[in-house]
Amino acid sequence: MKTVGGVGIVGYGAYIPMNRLRASEVKRVWGGSGTPIEEKSVIAMDEDTITIAVECARYAVRRAGIDPQEIGAVYVGTESKPYAVKPSGTVVAEAIGATPHVMAADYEFACKAGTEAFQTCIGLVSSGMMRYAMAIGADTAQGRPGDALEYTASCGGAAYIFGKKPARTLAEVEGSCSYVTDTPDFWRREHEMYPRHGNRFTGEPAYFKHVIGAAKELMGELGTEAGDYKYAVFHQPNVKFPIKAAQTLGFSMDAIKPGLIVPFVGNTYSGSTPLGLAATLDVADPGDRILAVSYGSGAGSDAFSLTVQDAITNDRRLEPAVSRFVDRKRYIDYSVYSKLRGKIIK
Amino acid sequence: MSVPRYWRETKYRYRLIGQMCAQCGNAGFPRSGVCSACGSVDLEEVKLAETGHVVTWTVVRNPPAGYMEYAPYLVALVELDDGVRVLSQLVDIEPIKVKTGMRVEAAFRRVKVDGGSGIIEYGYKFRPLIE
Repeated sequence: MKTVGGVGIVGYGAYIPMNRLRASEVKRVWGGSGTPIEEKSVIAMDEDTITIAVECARYAVRRAGIDPQEIGAVYVGTESKPYAVKPSGTVVAEAIGATPHVMAADYEFACKAGTEAFQTCIGLVSSGMMRYAMAIGADTAQGRPGDALEYTASCGGAAYIFGKKPARTLAEVEGSCSYVTDTPDFWRREHEMYPRHGNRFTGEPAYFKHVIGAAKELMGELGTEAGDYKYAVFHQPNVKFPIKAAQTLGFSMDAIKPGLIVPFVGNTYSGSTPLGLAATLDVADPGDRILAVSYGSGAGSDAFSLTVQDAITNDRRLEPAVSRFVDRKRYIDYSVYSKLRGKIIK
Repeated sequence: MSVPRYWRETKYRYRLIGQMCAQCGNAGFPRSGVCSACGSVDLEEVKLAETGHVVTWTVVRNPPAGYMEYAPYLVALVELDDGVRVLSQLVDIEPIKVKTGMRVEAAFRRVKVDGGSGIIEYGYKFRPLIE
């Protein structure tokens, strides 16, 4: 889907809680043969998806330098809503001062709920319905004790404000593509604390089929190939998958390295691709092209082709880079982690 | 805190909005309806600075009901860059590392949670400045 009218990102912000649980600590408690990442981020006792969303939304507003009253939509993409019924988006909109003339809702599509909101925001500003629209991907992901996902399920998020020229954009969206099928690779039923995953569907029929499918379709429509992109970001549930996706599509390690934060942060689910993109924008230069492809179980991918604009050089310095949050950490052990994630029965 | 009271104060707690006296210019937080300097009730809302420094602090080990799960936690008197003083929890730092004068900024956090089915109260806390 090619965009019209010069739609782009006018501001972005990231936030990662500072607690870290080493994967070796999970292995110490539950056994296992290896560790898929180094460590993962964990919320503090007083953090949740809403607090993460507000933090990154505030950074995005400040980096964009806009009046929050001009933001016409606030969408929070997450699979870990603090309330089953009561929108996270209203709290975020109130906290950044965007209320009351604002659309607000929560999106759910496993790990691609945030980029699903990107698509909506791009459409809303393209049509001229509003000047700015905000999409957030944030999660405090759940991992069943001892499950493979417990090594990686982590916490964090990133917010993006979309606008259309003559608004000053940091990166212009050339086009996007969604690739969605009904695939039972991962789910969580109502009232269940932890998700389940269908092992045989993870990998080729799920992640790779959708990520590769969305990327190829978008590049075909735009007439681009891997060599046209300086950087690429792929959903990062572990270290292996995004590297294999990059290799399959012809991208080098240098292209994905800036956005590959999963070894040190874990899988932030809806925050994963938005955070990887933010880390890439932190280092990209004007004129660079970025391919960003999310993946959400269930299943689907959103692919975006972006061209970095001149404003990035100044604006990325205005608020903390993703690397600042990656480096800001304090280690906790499995017992503290269990307390923070509500795994202890009182 | 009751749900109606939480709702009445969300804007001020979320965005750190205080009061400014239209008569003498004295600013304060939280809003009280009366100027603490001159007693005037001619007050306006004012957005306060979100950065400041720690004036003094203590560790709460025996908290009031509703705050047990956060204990031990830090409470600090923060002087904002606009001169207004705010009493707040201090997060993301160990007590041994807190120093008078250290730079801090407003964070958005859960303040209190009413069990498994009640309202989640959000608001400001302060943390070491992330630059």
